[in-house]
Amino acid sequence: MQRSKNDVWVGLFVLLGAVAVLFLALKAANLLTWSFNKDYEVTAKFDNIGGLKPGAAVKSAGVVVGRVKKIEFDGESFQAKVTLGMQTQHAFPQDSSLKILTSGLLGEQYLDVAPGADEKNLAAGDRIGSTQSAVILENLISQFLFSQAEKSAPESQKP
Amino acid sequence: MITDMLGALGTSTRQMLANWGFAARLFFKLLGMSGAALKRFGLVQDQVHFLGNYSLAIITVSGLFVGFVLGLQGYYTLQRYGSAEALGLLVALSLVRELGPVVAALLFAGRAGASLTAEIGLMRAGEQLTALEMMAVDPVQRILAPRFWGGIIALPLLAAVFSAVGILGGYVVGVLLIGVDAGSFWSQMQGGVDVFKDVGNGIIKSVVFGVAVTFIALLQGYVAKPTPEGVASATTRSVVVSSLSVLGLDFILTAMMFSI
Repeated sequence: MQRSKNDVWVGLFVLLGAVAVLFLALKAANLLTWSFNKDYEVTAKFDNIGGLKPGAAVKSAGVVVGRVKKIEFDGESFQAKVTLGMQTQHAFPQDSSLKILTSGLLGEQYLDVAPGADEKNLAAGDRIGSTQSAVILENLISQFLFSQAEKSAPESQKP
Repeated sequence: MITDMLGALGTSTRQMLANWGFAARLFFKLLGMSGAALKRFGLVQDQVHFLGNYSLAIITVSGLFVGFVLGLQGYYTLQRYGSAEALGLLVALSLVRELGPVVAALLFAGRAGASLTAEIGLMRAGEQLTALEMMAVDPVQRILAPRFWGGIIALPLLAAVFSAVGILGGYVVGVLLIGVDAGSFWSQMQGGVDVFKDVGNGIIKSVVFGVAVTFIALLQGYVAKPTPEGVASATTRSVVVSSLSVLGLDFILTAMMFSI
C-alpha cells in the first residue's frame, strides 16, 4: 500500500515538473514559432544593420515568413552579409527588396520583405540586391542638427 | 618551533589533499554505480519522493513570491523608461536563466541537503553503515547512490516548477494587479526567451546544481565524525558549502553560457 501510494505521488511530482518545462518552452519561450519545416537560404548585403541579431524575424506584410540565420562582416565590400532562412511555403519574386525596421519605438529590429514584380522567384543561394539599411537614431539626430545649423547660420552671420 | 609550524602546515595540506582525493574517489564511485542504482529504481523513486515531493511546497511558495516581487520591482523600474510592456520578458529571463535554478538549488540545499547529511551522518554515528559493510552490502551502492540520483532527478524538476510558478506570479502582479497589457506581456516574453539558449541552459544549470548539492550533502554525511557534535557540524557545513558552491558554479556556468 505504502509502496503504491509513493508511486502515485512521485508520478504526480514528475508530471508537474514536465508540465512546468512544457509551460516554459511553449508559453514563455519561442518553441511554437520555431519552425521545423525546411527553409531556403538567401543572402543580402546591408551598409548598416543597426541592432539586427541572428534569430530576428523576417516579415512580409507583418507576417513572419522566415528568420535571420547568420550575420557576417564582408571584408571585401565592407558591408554586413546577412543570411536569411525563408520558409519554403512562401516564395518571393527575385527583385524583392529588404528593409530593416523596428517594431515599436524601442522594440527589436526585424527585416521587412517588400515583394517585387519579377516572374522568377527567389531560390536557395540567391542574393537580394536592393536593401535599405537600418535607421540609426544618432545619424538622424545629427542630420537634424546640421540642417538646423544651416538654417540659422546665415542669420547669425549677418552683422 | 619553526619545524613544528612547518610540520603542522604539511600535515594540514596533506589532510586537505587527502579529503579532496577521497571526495573525488567517492564521486567517481557514485558515477560508476549509476547503472546499478538506476536498475533498482524503487530506491531512487523513494528518494525522489523524499527529496522532491516534500520540497515542492517551499519551492512553489517561494517561486510565487519571487515572481510577485520581480513583477513589482520590474514594473517600477521599466515604467520610468516607458517600456512596462517588457515586464514579461524581464520576469521570464531572470527566472529562467538565473533565479529559478539558483534559488531552487539554495532552498534545496537547506531543505533536502541538510536532511540527507543528517540522515547519513546518523547512520554513520549509529554504525549502521559499518553494519551494512559487515553484511557485505556496499553502503555507497545501497545508501548513497539512490539518494544521489534522487537529488539529480528532483532538483531540475523543482527548478522548472519554480520558474513556471514565478512567471505566473509575475503575471498576477504585472497584468492582473498593475494592468500591464496581457498580450504584450506574453508576446515580448516569447519574442525574447529562446528555448535552447535560455530554457535549455537553465535546465543544464539546475542539473549541475543538483549534482553538486546532493553530492556535497552525501559527502559531508559520509565523512561526519560519529558523534552528536560531528553530525551537527557536518549538517552546517553541508548547507554552507553547497550554497557557496552553487553560487560559484553559477558564475562559471553563466560566464560560459551567455558570454557572447
